[in-house]
Amino acid sequence: MLLLNCPYCGIDADETELEAGGEAHITRHGAGASDDDFETYMFMRKNPKGVHFERWRHAYGCGKWFHAARCTMTLEVFGTYSAQTLEPPKTLINKIKKKRPNWEGFVK
Amino acid sequence: MSNAVSALNGASFKGSVAIKDVGLQGMITLRGDFKSAVLAKAVKAATGTAVPETGQILHSTKGSAAWMSPDELLLLVDYTNVDAVIAKLDKALSGEHALVVNVSDARALFEIKGVATRDIIAKGSPADMNKDALPVGMIRRSRLGQLPVAFWMDDEKTARMVCFRSVGEHVFTWLKNASKKGNLPKYHT
Amino acid sequence: MSTRLQSGGRLIDRTKQIEFNWNGKRLNGFQGDTLASALLANDQMLMGRSFKYHRPRGVVAAGPEEPNALMGTGEGGRFEPNQRATTTEIYQGLKSHSQNHWPSLEFDVGAINTKLSRFFPAGFYYKTFMAPSFAWKHVFEPIIRKSAGLGKAPTHKDEDSYEYFYAHVDVVVAGGGIAGLQAALTAGQAGATVLLMEQAVDYGGRAITDGVTIGGKPAAAWIKSTLAALKKLPNVQMRTRMMAAGVYDHGYLLGYERLTDHMGPSDGPRHRLWRIRAKRIVTATGAIERPLSFAGNDIPGVMLAGAVRDYIADYGVSIGDRTVVVTNNDDGYRTAIALHEAGLNVPCIIDPRGDLDGELPAKAIALGIRVENKSAIGKVKGGKRVEAVTLCAQAGEGTTLEEIKCDAVAMSGGWSPVVHLWSHCGGKLNWDTDTAIFRPDPARPPLGADGTGFVIATGTANGHLDAAAALKDGHAAGMAAAKEVGFKPARAAAPIAASELEATMLPVWSMPQGASYALKSKTFLDYQNDVKVSDVRLAAQEGYESVEHTKRYTTLGMATDQGKLSNINGLAVLADSLNADIPNVGTTTFRPPYHPISLGSIAGDAHNELFKPIRKTPMHQWIDENGGDWEPVADWRRPYCYKQGSESVEEAVTREILNTRENCGLLDASTLGKIIVKGPDAGKFLDMIYTNMMSTLKVGFCRYGLMCSENGFLSDDGVVARLDENTFLCHTTSGGSDRIHAHMEEWLQTEWWDWKVYTANITEQYAQIAVVGPNARKVLEKLGGMDVSAEALPFMTFKDGELGGIKARPYRISFSGELSYEIAVPASQGQAFWDMCMEAGKEFGIQPYGTECLHVMRAEKGFIMIGDETDGTVIPQDLGLNWAISKKKEDFLGKRGQQRSHMTDPNRWKLVGLKTVDPAKVIPDGAYAVDGTMRENGMHNMIGRVTSTYFSPTLNHSIAMGLVQNGPDRMGEVIEFPTIGGESIKAEICDPVFLDKEGARQNV
Repeated sequence: MLLLNCPYCGIDADETELEAGGEAHITRHGAGASDDDFETYMFMRKNPKGVHFERWRHAYGCGKWFHAARCTMTLEVFGTYSAQTLEPPKTLINKIKKKRPNWEGFVK
Repeated sequence: MSNAVSALNGASFKGSVAIKDVGLQGMITLRGDFKSAVLAKAVKAATGTAVPETGQILHSTKGSAAWMSPDELLLLVDYTNVDAVIAKLDKALSGEHALVVNVSDARALFEIKGVATRDIIAKGSPADMNKDALPVGMIRRSRLGQLPVAFWMDDEKTARMVCFRSVGEHVFTWLKNASKKGNLPKYHT
Repeated sequence: MSTRLQSGGRLIDRTKQIEFNWNGKRLNGFQGDTLASALLANDQMLMGRSFKYHRPRGVVAAGPEEPNALMGTGEGGRFEPNQRATTTEIYQGLKSHSQNHWPSLEFDVGAINTKLSRFFPAGFYYKTFMAPSFAWKHVFEPIIRKSAGLGKAPTHKDEDSYEYFYAHVDVVVAGGGIAGLQAALTAGQAGATVLLMEQAVDYGGRAITDGVTIGGKPAAAWIKSTLAALKKLPNVQMRTRMMAAGVYDHGYLLGYERLTDHMGPSDGPRHRLWRIRAKRIVTATGAIERPLSFAGNDIPGVMLAGAVRDYIADYGVSIGDRTVVVTNNDDGYRTAIALHEAGLNVPCIIDPRGDLDGELPAKAIALGIRVENKSAIGKVKGGKRVEAVTLCAQAGEGTTLEEIKCDAVAMSGGWSPVVHLWSHCGGKLNWDTDTAIFRPDPARPPLGADGTGFVIATGTANGHLDAAAALKDGHAAGMAAAKEVGFKPARAAAPIAASELEATMLPVWSMPQGASYALKSKTFLDYQNDVKVSDVRLAAQEGYESVEHTKRYTTLGMATDQGKLSNINGLAVLADSLNADIPNVGTTTFRPPYHPISLGSIAGDAHNELFKPIRKTPMHQWIDENGGDWEPVADWRRPYCYKQGSESVEEAVTREILNTRENCGLLDASTLGKIIVKGPDAGKFLDMIYTNMMSTLKVGFCRYGLMCSENGFLSDDGVVARLDENTFLCHTTSGGSDRIHAHMEEWLQTEWWDWKVYTANITEQYAQIAVVGPNARKVLEKLGGMDVSAEALPFMTFKDGELGGIKARPYRISFSGELSYEIAVPASQGQAFWDMCMEAGKEFGIQPYGTECLHVMRAEKGFIMIGDETDGTVIPQDLGLNWAISKKKEDFLGKRGQQRSHMTDPNRWKLVGLKTVDPAKVIPDGAYAVDGTMRENGMHNMIGRVTSTYFSPTLNHSIAMGLVQNGPDRMGEVIEFPTIGGESIKAEICDPVFLDKEGARQNV
């Protein structure tokens, strides 16, 4: 039962107040996209054992989507941040690198 | 508007706390840019309050303004005044990207009164009901049982709770059930 | 025999006699007794029958680890099976009975299984019931079902109520023994908020019974003063009868509080399930004594040594007059001394160890108690009660040296720390060879959200079996917890506890060392599931090397007690059989709850009228009082029809359809979703959300639109109205408002966050009432207030105004094909407006109609319904809705998906109308069409299916819509729909619009 800090409300929200939205930072490929791009966009998802960037919505709170960086093994939450960005904040990436020296880094 | 009725038409119940449907309450959803001075002025004119900070609810004799999300406020004003307030807000914000909409009838509003108020809410909401986590002056959007609600403490013994109108009866029944006689948690009291 | 002693019993009140009922007998006990202690006081040692062999079983323990004494308690709506007699407190009038026997506890036919036990080895079920396969369902399963199982499932609805309680706290201390009390005090004094929970009725754990002194005084005095100090701290809360049931991710903990079990039927909740977020969890859960493995160790009267002295000290109950003590550690001697001090006879202490140089053996010897070292019990003699034990050498094979008469045996195989809470969420264990225990490894705790350990094990639960070390550890745990949650505890010395110094124990996993098969097959590891030493050995021989596999193969530790007594002993036997070390074999996974909790507490208050929220429109009550026959539509309730008098549902629907088509109908359409979309980019946004062009919609006009997922599949539909240049109002399906609003917000927040658009879900702000039929305009004109003529308010437009004095917005839209106004009024005035319409419409034949009438009328017009014509795999092109898919737009959600080869395949099933050859026959819902050919797998080749099917009273024949392969190219063709009854219904493919294709009726 996760506890994630909503970056908008500043509240540690209970998992039952949230809605999970899968992997973050997926690039949309709409009309005109190649078959490969569309397939990747629609169906290809990372499933790492370790650091993962994912989307959550504070559904029973402010209703806003935010992103979380979380370890899928230990459930450690490295940080949460605005969904209105194309990649995780640098400070967060550095923080994760410090904690997980073997991490390959953020790969889009 | 003599034939207008609130969700539970003023129903009340007295258990370990007193619960009542507050009746018709003017409520306006305002979405816009909180940094805008025009918006701040419009809010002040509507409710007599500043734009609330994150998680805050501000009150004045004219009305209240509650923080719902980084771009959404809930304004509480007199029910009979709603149309006039909306017209003023629309006019004041005509040059801004903003949305003003009447939600008075889309909601039910309950008052919960008694020393056990925090304990009763904590039976259904995962929100932190400790005094320092939800002091008077803050609003919390969360869930009560299976439903989304928002609530705040007017004073240490009194909470107000907003939910959708269609489930007003469920929330009222829930509150009644939670405050029936029997062993109370006595955690926050 | 077991009996009540003349004095003693710190938990009972001898002035308060309690009468209770057990197996139909009226018995007496005292206030404070458990069912187990009260039965023992009434010389009732036999308390149950085992699961597999139906062996007679007595109580073994005095706490929640009890495997045998399981009872059914209460009656009717308050009956509950499998309650441990050791944790069930008696109250006046308690009704209880033993389980798993027939016809009676004393004489049980099923006990024949024990004679056949050679034929019921480990894996018996797996080996025996393999073939023939049909026999499982018809022969084996019914027999096993009849003979297996513990208590009977309740047959009545639970009359009790339950509740949740959410709490947020700095530190939870689980366990109110001396280590837990000290941890709570230290953390509380440092300023942390603390919640201390103790599963028993009283604090102090074993310290009082075991004669611990703290600061030179008896433990009871220290406990009293510590409780007083804790009560003074406003930041500390304490609860008894509350168990920490499970530890989960990110500091989540379930606390199970039993509020009224000890009082019997009462007002208010019976159990409260606490859902706690704790920053730190201190587990001070103590230890559980292990049985010893000797033949006949399950005969009633063989009991854990600690439990024997608990019954004396806590309840003033002796379990027998002559008790043999068998122990591999010094703690067992405490029981011999306690028995001796209570004036009871201890014929012998049997100890497999060689040197007995501890303080406690010396004290026992000084009291004149016979002690036999290097010795073991060969076997226990007796059936329903211990009669004697045979004494043998531990080193040998069990040759009887002497038979010792006795009526009870107190055994101690050492103590295992309760590491469950530590382990639930991933805390790891180390094997301690000296004390033969698994203890928490502080270097590998369960990790919280911040990546640090959030559980701190302390006291005996942390492997400190000695009172002094345990109390010191409790203080350290309190300090650590307080510091880790941000407080600065003052430096203070821990109080000093003292108890007799204990010499090293000797791990003994089999007694005697070389016990024969005959002895091992009577040596029980898991009492409740009847798993014997011989079963685990057999499993090992058969190749079950993993402890998890052995557990499932033998059922060791799979009973309701989850192996609290048996796991370590079973593990040791397995390790020995495999010639491996215990730590290499490892433990099975500890899973919550620690101890069974009631299903009622898990359901909480979500039962009866609170089971599921039901959404109600402003007219709900009126509909209910006027014949509304409810059906669920998403979370809403909508009337299927309005029944008049003795009308059947079918008759009512037919009447409503004909009346609406001929006169006027009134529909509560409030459940339709209404979402405001506003901003300079609103048009651009809606062009992405809908398949058709919305940005070109003129102010004051309405347009029907389709929404698709990125995959291209239809997800919702509805009418969009443009309120002003920047503002649109989007109607969604009844079930779709929350979903579509969330869908819009998701795209705005996560993809097009630079677009200037705001949305608001205002579904419930309005009551929406459809006035439908040839007389609709007359009704509204009678209400008055605005011009609703065809000129002022043409088809597919709307206007703001007033009707009957109520602020109203009529939309000229039609889902029935009739002249139709959908009128939005404030929800608070919905009922008032409805009443006005009914009154004004009287002379025009107005009648309310329900959802089935709506469905039939829309099907007559060939309008699709999301959820009927769509199922998540249907694209708009399948439904002939190409006209609603913009070809001008560069992009919209679903456009790319619809361009994939499978979506453009000309052979896709497409929407057509279906007219049955026999006009009276209605094709069943969901029926498939076949073409007479067979597939390779022997099934019919299917070429289509029915999506909507009704009898149309308007047209007086059956109508249907369906998706058929190449359907639109096969007009006039007759295809067949086989039905379950064997009959095949023939239908002709036709245009899906059955009525008024030109739209003359609605556009007036």
